[in-house]
Amino acid sequence: MNFKRFFAVFKARSIEFFRDRSSLGWNLFFPVLLLIGFSFIFSGDGRSAYKIGLLETQGQAQNKAQQALKEIRFIDFINYTDLSLAKEKLSRHSLDLLVDFEGQRYWVNDESSNSYLVEKIFLGEQLGQELGQQSNFTRLKSSGRGIRYVDWVLPGILGMNMMFSCLFGVGYVIVRYRKNSVLKRLKATPLTAFEFVSAQLLSRLFIVMFMSTVVYSGCNLFFDFFMLGSYFDLILIGVLGAFCLISLGLLVASRSKSEELIGGLLNLTSWPMMMLSGVWFSLEGAPQALKNLADLLPLTHLVAGARAVITEGATLTDISYHVNALLLMSALFLTLGSFLFSWNAER
Amino acid sequence: MSAAVSVQSLTKQYKDVCAVDNVSFEVETGHCFGLLGPNGAGKTTTIEIMEGIISASSGEVLYKGQQVDRQISQQIGIQFQHTALQDFLTVKETLNLFASFYQNTLEQSQLIELCDLGDFLNRDNRLLSGGQRQRLLLALALINDPKIIFLDEPTTGLDPHARRNFWQLIKNIKAQNKTIILTTHYMDEAEQLCDDIVIMDKGRIIESGTPHQLLTKHFEDVFIYLPLKQVEEKLINEQGWQVLADRIEIKSQNVEQTLALLMKHQVSLDGLHVKSANLDDLFLKLTGHSLQA
Repeated sequence: MNFKRFFAVFKARSIEFFRDRSSLGWNLFFPVLLLIGFSFIFSGDGRSAYKIGLLETQGQAQNKAQQALKEIRFIDFINYTDLSLAKEKLSRHSLDLLVDFEGQRYWVNDESSNSYLVEKIFLGEQLGQELGQQSNFTRLKSSGRGIRYVDWVLPGILGMNMMFSCLFGVGYVIVRYRKNSVLKRLKATPLTAFEFVSAQLLSRLFIVMFMSTVVYSGCNLFFDFFMLGSYFDLILIGVLGAFCLISLGLLVASRSKSEELIGGLLNLTSWPMMMLSGVWFSLEGAPQALKNLADLLPLTHLVAGARAVITEGATLTDISYHVNALLLMSALFLTLGSFLFSWNAER
Repeated sequence: MSAAVSVQSLTKQYKDVCAVDNVSFEVETGHCFGLLGPNGAGKTTTIEIMEGIISASSGEVLYKGQQVDRQISQQIGIQFQHTALQDFLTVKETLNLFASFYQNTLEQSQLIELCDLGDFLNRDNRLLSGGQRQRLLLALALINDPKIIFLDEPTTGLDPHARRNFWQLIKNIKAQNKTIILTTHYMDEAEQLCDDIVIMDKGRIIESGTPHQLLTKHFEDVFIYLPLKQVEEKLINEQGWQVLADRIEIKSQNVEQTLALLMKHQVSLDGLHVKSANLDDLFLKLTGHSLQA
């Protein structure tokens, strides 16, 4: 390993990234846009979880039960006079429940889980009204600062952005270099494959961590993110996760010379992680087979580790399973990637 | 004088194509050696095996009698036929990047002067013209002050002015007693620059020697051309001269005698053109098809 050669390639690649304004802008803009979007969609008391259609005829006075139902928070009530229209909305999941107080009947959509839940809420409210009893349970409020959805989704969005940057930023660039013979030109110099690959890896790691820190710090000024754990642990799990994802990118790009093929391969790699790694929703309660599959994906461990540090104040010992999984996967991907790496695919 | 590079029974077989078929030749130290042939003749494959970029199916390449190893990259300079440069880097940054790869490098100022890079040193690689790009690629090939330089079709795609400038750069490098191995399908380029040539077609060597040797070996005649309207048909038929559209072609082993014959028949010599056979004619003669095809 010659550090002069390694550092020269590291520097050249980093300069290339930071001078490519469109790529730089997108890497900054995309996660911020997602965070802002999610904070608007899922913030505040105005967020309604369910929609109930109320069938009413003109001039009909609201009875007590109807007024009590309308006081339930997080449910939108929409009035309908046309039954067939309302039923159509229900069947198309635009409504979760349709109630006709005058006719003392209601409609549910058996295909919708929301409809099932709203039915339970509705029936519970009706029962309470009829019995006029207070529950034996004492109602208490959770104390301390609550976790908003944006706090929960933050590690997922940052992790997803890191994943795209690591996979496409390394995989795509190497295949482009291979296709237009930049790699062939480098091979004709004393630069070794190890020096080249490690410079690419560390340059991308630096870029990804730098960009993620900028995005986190910038957004933190507006969102004041929840943070129970230590920033050192968060950065460490971030570095390990990014390292593992870059190694995966190197492995995927180790031989291909076709940008079309590498696009497909990278999509094939990134989409399961986007769906199953807990970026948008928790896999709590999902089938065990799905959880096992998710466990094989590096993003799962990055997001779960970071989320545990942020929302539970977990230490590195607490998340040692995720740390070890990332280390193991990195070793596997790097070994395979360097074994398969080719400067120029021969005909 | 020992050969700088010796190529022995080199063969490269791809799945269904034999790109190089049992090729052997030697390159003398300090010479400019030309590998000539049309596209697909096997020139690039041959020199990429010599550079250690691809492996041979059989045969070997010796540098000063020694087998090639990884260290050879410190001693040779390469300009590939198709190479992209890293985007968003300037010419100066690209020179610095490549300089960092080698133990010994040429002074950057010397390199800039030799390859005439001064005017666009701070320009992004993406914004270089064809000629500027080729000059930068040549500078990268020379950056480690190599004794042997490989140039693979260095002037393809350049305009005539840029080509002539590039030839002058190569002549300057040759004057420093460096060994140059050049592939080209431009015959004028080979005639201008090469001391020795090998002509390849379909993976095989079909002829080798100095350009002068080869032309003398294969052509005793010079070609004399005259406008058709100035020569009587009877004389053309008598002498068996060839008619080419609006002119006649006279193959002659003695120009003086031929000119005397023309004057004797009071043929006007206006528009007379005398041409020696060139490498393109040689290639046509050897293979039956043109080199530029």
